[in-house]
Amino acid sequence: MFEIIGERINGLFLDIREAIANKDPKPVRDWAVKQAQAGAYWLDVNTGPIASKEEQAEVMAWLVKTAQEAVELPCCIDTTNVLAMEEGLKVHKGKAMINSTTAEQAKMDALFPLAANYGAAIVALTMNEKGVPKSAEDRIALAMELVANADAYGIPMPDLYIDPLVLPVNVAQEHGPEVLEALRQVKLLANPAPKTTCGLSNISQKAPNRPLINRTFLAMAMVCGLDSAVMDACDDELVDTAATASIILNQSIYCDSYLKIFRQK
Amino acid sequence: MAVTIAKERWTSKVAEMTLGPNGLKVGGETTLPFLHFEGEMPNRPVTALEVFDMEPQDWPDILKEPFADVLSDPVAWAKKIVEYGADMVALRLMSAHPDWKDASADEVAKTAKAVAEAIDVPLIVLGCGVEEKDGQILPVVAEALEGKRCLIGCATAENYKSITAASNAYGHSVIASSPLDINLCKQLNILITEMGLSLDRIAFDPLVGALGYGIEYAYSIMERARMGALTGDKMLATPIVCFVGMEAWKAKEAKDPDVPEWGPQADRAILWEVTTATTFAIAGGTIFILRHPESVKRFNAFINEAMKSNAY
Repeated sequence: MFEIIGERINGLFLDIREAIANKDPKPVRDWAVKQAQAGAYWLDVNTGPIASKEEQAEVMAWLVKTAQEAVELPCCIDTTNVLAMEEGLKVHKGKAMINSTTAEQAKMDALFPLAANYGAAIVALTMNEKGVPKSAEDRIALAMELVANADAYGIPMPDLYIDPLVLPVNVAQEHGPEVLEALRQVKLLANPAPKTTCGLSNISQKAPNRPLINRTFLAMAMVCGLDSAVMDACDDELVDTAATASIILNQSIYCDSYLKIFRQK
Repeated sequence: MAVTIAKERWTSKVAEMTLGPNGLKVGGETTLPFLHFEGEMPNRPVTALEVFDMEPQDWPDILKEPFADVLSDPVAWAKKIVEYGADMVALRLMSAHPDWKDASADEVAKTAKAVAEAIDVPLIVLGCGVEEKDGQILPVVAEALEGKRCLIGCATAENYKSITAASNAYGHSVIASSPLDINLCKQLNILITEMGLSLDRIAFDPLVGALGYGIEYAYSIMERARMGALTGDKMLATPIVCFVGMEAWKAKEAKDPDVPEWGPQADRAILWEVTTATTFAIAGGTIFILRHPESVKRFNAFINEAMKSNAY
């Protein structure tokens, strides 16, 4: 089953930023409900830029609690601040997702134990101190490090979501085929295979026809083994594309109401 | 060297259905059939024997014999079935068939009620098989059986609305029947849930064939449905009904008394029914509607073995 990670509860959006500033739970709840109805499987939760680490941790805990009061979905706790990550995990009900670690040893050593302790899934980016590699081979080399480290920390492969890092097609066109090839090869790294994810809307940053680019890429990436994506769950045509691709890939059994059923959990 | 047991990590489970005055539970498994080392199979597959509400016209003598004194009395027949050890009674309202007696809804409802009151095991009520007629009689039957937690069928794409609405209102579960097509099967389950009947009150019937008569089609549908159910396809995660008796006793290998080179009919007829049933139990079947009491015994002997723990 393809897993939609709803991207909307993020302090980068004005309404969520204001909700955080005013401690107003309504916009957070509304987006939790809206994304759940649209077919989200996880709710990405991101505080947006906040200067103090302690304050960010407090806001993260509030966002997670507020979202989970509104719907029963698990959160994908999206922060580079380990303190905020742990505060989010502490208040989370059910199996959370950590978003994210990179292949930097210090990060892996901080975040994989957190995932193991809390029984959480974890997103792992194929990048390190040197940045994002260009070729599929280099992405896979980093993915292999992530797999080996996750395994050493006792994280089951189905809980590891490798993100090969999607870049905008209008400025980094040569990355497209490399990302798709990396998605294919990630599935060969372990048995059972790790899962895969990506930040879908990156592909269309600052380009016209964003929804078209997003859904075209989504279908192509699903063929290559994409299991989930941080994406706009309320883009109906995008979700319809995921539903249709999953039917064509024989991931769920066809029925005439498949578009509707895809959105039900 | 220690052997590592390969275990599949399933993420979902089959709905658990509760039936009858004794609260018989079926379904609820979290792994493929009998893989106790991998997941839970909380309830064993169950059996029902069939009662007709009129004397069956096309049953071979060997099948009539165990019920010889009760064939024209559905209530006595049902009691006998309970004595024979079936988990449930399956009453087939054959008299409503336009080619037979074309009995009215009120007439068959009266019989159904009398049978339900005479037994303490769950009752399955089956129409005459003519979709339009079943759509008329089964809602009346459902009302007459209010509170008995029966399993009522078969609801098809043509007649599911009236049968589902009445079953929902009077506390029954429904058998959803589609002709050997997993996609239609899933769609019908969806349509029924959209009317407000929860998934734990639906069992689907993929229309099975007997051994030698397309058994592999139904087998693969059940297997695919089970794997779908266990990986999160909720709309197929319901118990499965197998009309084994009806199909097995149509086979000439079961019916024909005069083929000495096939061995004695008494042996091969029962074997035909039991082999068909055990095959579907392995594929994921849950509720087995059989015809001969000896088949229930032999089927249960197999299930007793298969339900023994093989946990490592």
